[in-house]
Amino acid sequence: MNAEHHKKITDAPQVGLFASCLVDALRPTIGFAAAKLLEDAGCIVSVPERQVCCGQPAYNAGDRKAAAAIARQTIVLFEKFDYVVAPSGSCAAMLRVHFPGLLSDDPAWALRAAVLGEKCWELTSFLTDVRGVAAVKSGFHSGFRGKITYHDSCAGLRELGVRKQPRKLLASIDGLTMKDHSIADVCCGFGGTFCVKYGKISTAMTDAKIEAVLATGADMVVAGDLGCLLAIAGRLSRRGDRVEARHVAELLAGMTNGPPISGDG
Amino acid sequence: MIMDAAPDQSSAPDFPARAAAALADPTLQGALTKLQTEFRRDRAAMLGRIPEFDQLRDHATAIRNHSLAHLDELLEQFETNVSLTGGIVHWCRNAAEACETVTGICRAVGAETVAKSKSMLSEEIALNDHLAAASIEPVETDLGEYILQLRHETPSHIVMPAIHLNAGQIADVFREAHTDHDPARYLGDADALLAEARAMLRQKFLDADVGITGANALIADTGSILLVTNEGNADLVHSLPKTHIAIVGIEKAVATLDGAMAVVRVLARSATTQEVTSYTTLVTGKRRANDADGPSSFHVVLVDNGRSRMLAGPYAEALRCIRCGACQSLCPVYGAVGGHAYGAVYAGPIGAVLTPNLGAPGGLGAARHLPQASSFCGQCEEVCPVRIPLPALMRRLREDAFEDRQITVAGQKWIAAWGWAAQRPALYRLGRRIGILMLRILAKVSGGTIRTLPLAGGWSATRDFPAPEGGSFVELWNRRKRRESS
Amino acid sequence: MSSARDDILSAVRRASSAKRAADNSANDIATGGPILPARAQGIPGELRNRFCEMARFAGATVEIVADRDRVPGAIAAYLSREAPGDRLVLASDPQIVSLPWGATPRLQVRPGLPLADDTASVTGAVAGIAETGSLLVASGAATANALHVLCETHIVLLRAQDMRGSYEEALAMLGAKMPRAATFITGPSRTADIEKTPQIGVHGPKRLHILLIDG
Repeated sequence: MNAEHHKKITDAPQVGLFASCLVDALRPTIGFAAAKLLEDAGCIVSVPERQVCCGQPAYNAGDRKAAAAIARQTIVLFEKFDYVVAPSGSCAAMLRVHFPGLLSDDPAWALRAAVLGEKCWELTSFLTDVRGVAAVKSGFHSGFRGKITYHDSCAGLRELGVRKQPRKLLASIDGLTMKDHSIADVCCGFGGTFCVKYGKISTAMTDAKIEAVLATGADMVVAGDLGCLLAIAGRLSRRGDRVEARHVAELLAGMTNGPPISGDG
Repeated sequence: MIMDAAPDQSSAPDFPARAAAALADPTLQGALTKLQTEFRRDRAAMLGRIPEFDQLRDHATAIRNHSLAHLDELLEQFETNVSLTGGIVHWCRNAAEACETVTGICRAVGAETVAKSKSMLSEEIALNDHLAAASIEPVETDLGEYILQLRHETPSHIVMPAIHLNAGQIADVFREAHTDHDPARYLGDADALLAEARAMLRQKFLDADVGITGANALIADTGSILLVTNEGNADLVHSLPKTHIAIVGIEKAVATLDGAMAVVRVLARSATTQEVTSYTTLVTGKRRANDADGPSSFHVVLVDNGRSRMLAGPYAEALRCIRCGACQSLCPVYGAVGGHAYGAVYAGPIGAVLTPNLGAPGGLGAARHLPQASSFCGQCEEVCPVRIPLPALMRRLREDAFEDRQITVAGQKWIAAWGWAAQRPALYRLGRRIGILMLRILAKVSGGTIRTLPLAGGWSATRDFPAPEGGSFVELWNRRKRRESS
Repeated sequence: MSSARDDILSAVRRASSAKRAADNSANDIATGGPILPARAQGIPGELRNRFCEMARFAGATVEIVADRDRVPGAIAAYLSREAPGDRLVLASDPQIVSLPWGATPRLQVRPGLPLADDTASVTGAVAGIAETGSLLVASGAATANALHVLCETHIVLLRAQDMRGSYEEALAMLGAKMPRAATFITGPSRTADIEKTPQIGVHGPKRLHILLIDG
């Protein structure tokens, strides 16, 4: 990579936004928030139209063939970008950590997967670790004043090391207090199809998470993965607890005028 | 018996049924909450005391990998060195051979009572039943195992076997079983229970004809075995009776004493969060000619039971396991349902991988739920002292199940359909549009929040689902961009 | 008809040799030394202090004794405070038997094997391990292994010069031949099997008292 190209990347990198199927289908606000944050950090954002799912459902169900096909498709679509960013730790981990292994049988594809993997990032860690963002623009500070608690999604935390980054950015928002709940790093019970196949066990895990959240007195639970948030918010709603759930991107981009993820709002 | 055998498979409760019962059991739930909360707290304290823990894990992992890559050499070397100290090594391909060998040794010395220290392998091969059938009385000396023996129960955790019980349940079984005592005696606290157990078991140690232990490691260099306990019961078991039998899985071999110490440095820290067990012993052979005490015969019963098959296959990394149980203590699924729900000797994440692989070849079968009942949170791999990639191994088992069309897990067809559609972006986009529309209709119909999701009763039973905002982000974004640039 | 031994070893050999062929790096650890935590290292003064701290953390009591002659008196005082009872069974080690027990006539001492009703034993230690506050003890002609685990009170004599940093250094003191039982003892016997309540004194000793002897 020559100096001019490197400078081009550093100044105004081409970022392919990997929306994730849940964000795409259920909550575009998160996608728009992510794009806004990326553009404010000086990136040129594209959202490839042919993107689909990262293949986690197939991968974790043991359908390796389908997962590998989806991986190849995704690589073709995104490898042209300087960076690939997802508002989802599990999707970013799928692309970064798991694609290379999935395609390890074919050296050419394995290499392409490795090259793509190097460029893949979860949103908040991309902003802090790559773009050097220390605080969100003051213009983004939303009307929300209150106490939040952050839930660490498993894949983001354990596969990508995302923990300090979202908290650092959230801390820069005026009027927001943060308090970690006792089991912030413990699984919420989503686990993809796990929450449907083993619903009772999953719900017990989510209830434990919610009890810890309630114990902090937080008004809102925030996380970086919509899957986790759906599982938590869906349970909060059914239980009738008065805690909101939002994606970290919505808060950071000041896009909190719409309803939270919980069923009512 | 790797798994509870049921004479009639169709009526045997399987994992989901057991899990549901466990979730509804308040005593068990109390015990599990205590286990998790305290373990997390204590583990954090342990990590604070030993900043080099990750390096120690790396070293233990390397030692165990070396073991597996040299296992044939190490086992032969071990056998030679045991023989030099006057011990005898027996080789057993499966549970039946192992039970027959141990029972045979006991019969040969006319044993009536056998004192046992804790051995998960003895559970795996169902040794106690076999001994009892031969009119040889096995007595568990580990307090937790002793309590379970009285209750006719199996351990629910690798290192804390009776963790699922409360003091009241223990008092009840003591009253029932210790009939020589005054029925009105006080058993209202842990101290009273412990005092009674200590007194009951002391005589058993002294009277036992044979002592049976497991082993945490086999040291090839010296022909020694490593035994760790907090209670000191293993040391009484291998010192007082005339015969000492150690039953050990073949994968436990390490090359040197240094290798054994590398395991020691991570074992107790991972298992109980203490620095090291109170008693960490290297036993080498039988009593020497001038020794003041000790058994006059020493036997090591090496057990395969599927391990050599595992070694050759994709699950070999699970053979690094040193049986610390940390994966169980921190697994949120184990923490919700406890060990008995798994219906297998080894529960939790390690159990999900060992259970389908140990014993006779036959694969998943009754154990099909175990690798599926995981959210892949990764906590197990994060704490494993020998870095077993448990989620990856469970995913591999799911791949095996997916390939084997005889094993259907709920939703498999739908996932396959999803995967098929995802490979055809135009079809995916159409499906997405329909899906969003249907969800919006469902939401409208139930007043804003979806209370019943078709095809996802497992979700809707306990959770609501939000209405989609409307439209696909990818489409909306690109449409907007096209408008802006025109 | 192949034997069980043949079947097992040939299966293991096939699998292990394939691993050896695939990746030789597993051999490196055979040549590398142990990984010693910082706690296992230090100058003698540091090791001694750390030993006392870690042994106490594990629930043992540690008493510094200026020289061997003071041992019987220290033991008598300890027993009268903590574990009333006058009988002591000693390891037959001449170093222990020849201590001036006459100075404490109240104590009835007897070398040899512990009996079921013995409540206190006295043994020597091969080494102290500063890393975890552990003692290395060994069975042998002079020391019945039961002395380490049968009695309610276990008193151990540790010479200051036998202090080491790590398990490995302590094991090196055993010499070419392993004893039948070499045990690292760390604190008294314990369990948490009843509702995770930590309890002391299960089958082994309730009390571990270490006399660290300078002279």
